[in-house]
Amino acid sequence: MSSNSVHLEFDVVGNNFVSAGSASNEVKGILKQLGIDPLVIRKIAVAMYEGEINMVIHAGGGRAIVDIFEDKIEIVLIDTGEGIEDVELAMKEGYSTASESIRNLGFGAGMGLPNMKRFSDKFELESEVGKGTTIKMSMLFPE
Amino acid sequence: MERKTIHSVTLDTDKCRGCVSCMRRCPTEAIRVRNKKAKVLYDRCIGCGECVRVCPHHAKIPAFDSFDMIHKYKYKVAIVAPSFYGQFKSQYDINLILNGLLAVGFDDVEEVAKAAELVSEATREWMKNTQDIKHPIINTACPTIVELILVRFHGLIDNLLPLQTPADVAIKLAYKKAKEKGYKDEEIGIFFISPCPAKVLALKNGIGIKSPLVTGVLSMAEVYYKVVTALSQIKEVKPLNKAGFLGVAWASSGGEALGVNKEKYLEASGIENVIAVLKEIENGKLENLDFVELNACTGGCVGGVLTVENPFVAKAKIREFGKKIPCIGSTNTIKNAGLTYKDFDWEVVPTINDVFKLDENRIKAMQKLEQIESIYAKLPHFDCGVCGAPSCKAFAEDVVIEGFSIDDCTRMDERTTE
Repeated sequence: MSSNSVHLEFDVVGNNFVSAGSASNEVKGILKQLGIDPLVIRKIAVAMYEGEINMVIHAGGGRAIVDIFEDKIEIVLIDTGEGIEDVELAMKEGYSTASESIRNLGFGAGMGLPNMKRFSDKFELESEVGKGTTIKMSMLFPE
Repeated sequence: MERKTIHSVTLDTDKCRGCVSCMRRCPTEAIRVRNKKAKVLYDRCIGCGECVRVCPHHAKIPAFDSFDMIHKYKYKVAIVAPSFYGQFKSQYDINLILNGLLAVGFDDVEEVAKAAELVSEATREWMKNTQDIKHPIINTACPTIVELILVRFHGLIDNLLPLQTPADVAIKLAYKKAKEKGYKDEEIGIFFISPCPAKVLALKNGIGIKSPLVTGVLSMAEVYYKVVTALSQIKEVKPLNKAGFLGVAWASSGGEALGVNKEKYLEASGIENVIAVLKEIENGKLENLDFVELNACTGGCVGGVLTVENPFVAKAKIREFGKKIPCIGSTNTIKNAGLTYKDFDWEVVPTINDVFKLDENRIKAMQKLEQIESIYAKLPHFDCGVCGAPSCKAFAEDVVIEGFSIDDCTRMDERTTE
């Protein structure tokens, strides 16, 4: 065995609401197989799901890279979308730039980024307008 | 704790041809085809009955007790689920159907619909008085839903409504009545007439209750054929129907939610729909709802595999029956039944079923997972089922955990590289 970690990568397809959430769903299943506490899994799943949806709605898709260690999970979400103009504003609860049609689908409530941060033990966001956004989240597994 | 001492389905090995239909349909990947026979991994089985429904050779036999078993008891009570009414022509009325049960040999009947009205009352009270209630609360009357959450949706355990089911309450009321009449325990036979094999399992093993009181669980189809032929011989129709429409409506999907009387609710039925809704809840998307009513069978209990009528026709008939009875049974309250709200609480919280956990030791679990992923990468990803596992992923798990050979995959050379 190479190391004590599990490495996973997923393509997140842009503007496809049917397959949206499949990466977080798979990670959820894997964490269950590892016997991680169900409430911790739920937090991770919600945070990753929100991140996936964001990439689907705003960035035309992207890539999710997940590393699972004995004591934590690291999730990196990378897209080459339009980027976030005002990160501070984007992190505010209820703020959303999603279009009316997206909102009609039940998304775009402005809770995505705040929830991702709330459910992470460590949260980093880097974004450049016109180039894309990278989000790093890590969550600890309590013993 | 000893789980599942009895099983909800058994296999007729002569009829089973190993065709993989059931295996592909099973929502918890609980079936493998070994030596050309479908084998159930019972610790994963949630009793949904999908395999019974889908088997083209009728090799899957749902579990239930033989009707003749009732004759061993001096005082025999039929516990009648409201879905039973939906099997009959709507020209009849509920009283006649209940009298039909006396005609085929029962000494008394207890309507689950009556108990359902009490459970609705207890649910409303519980939702009003419980601090920090989860959103949404998920119903627990369908045992397959509870089992599904225990096996596949561990994060939603705290969303379960921790109250006993109408069937459990009806059984308790019947037992109490029998004791009041002076019968000894060994003389009392309490028989639930079940629309599905899941309830057979649940009532005997008990979900949320410590000591199940049911004597036997009978097939609704079998009892229906007996009762329908006996109806013409009934001379005196006794007034046995105590339940109103609110209780009877529990027979089909949406009925339970109606009784909870919350504005923000959702109801879904059919195992695939239910799983889709549970995923939504797990993703935190339905926290605006107060109550979610889920039923594993399409249409609710009227869709159970032990019923005879089409679930949608049965639902329409239930509505017709409902027009002939009051909205709620007039004297049907928890107080009048001699119970308190506390009597409805779960006595024990069901435990998580950790069957998908790869190893107790996390490092070992991670190593197994890595092995599974590397086996999986070599497979064709057809999910064809020829190897006897429901998906390439499940096969990879079987190779690592159960020690199967990767050569059992006969379509490896058809694999197209990505």
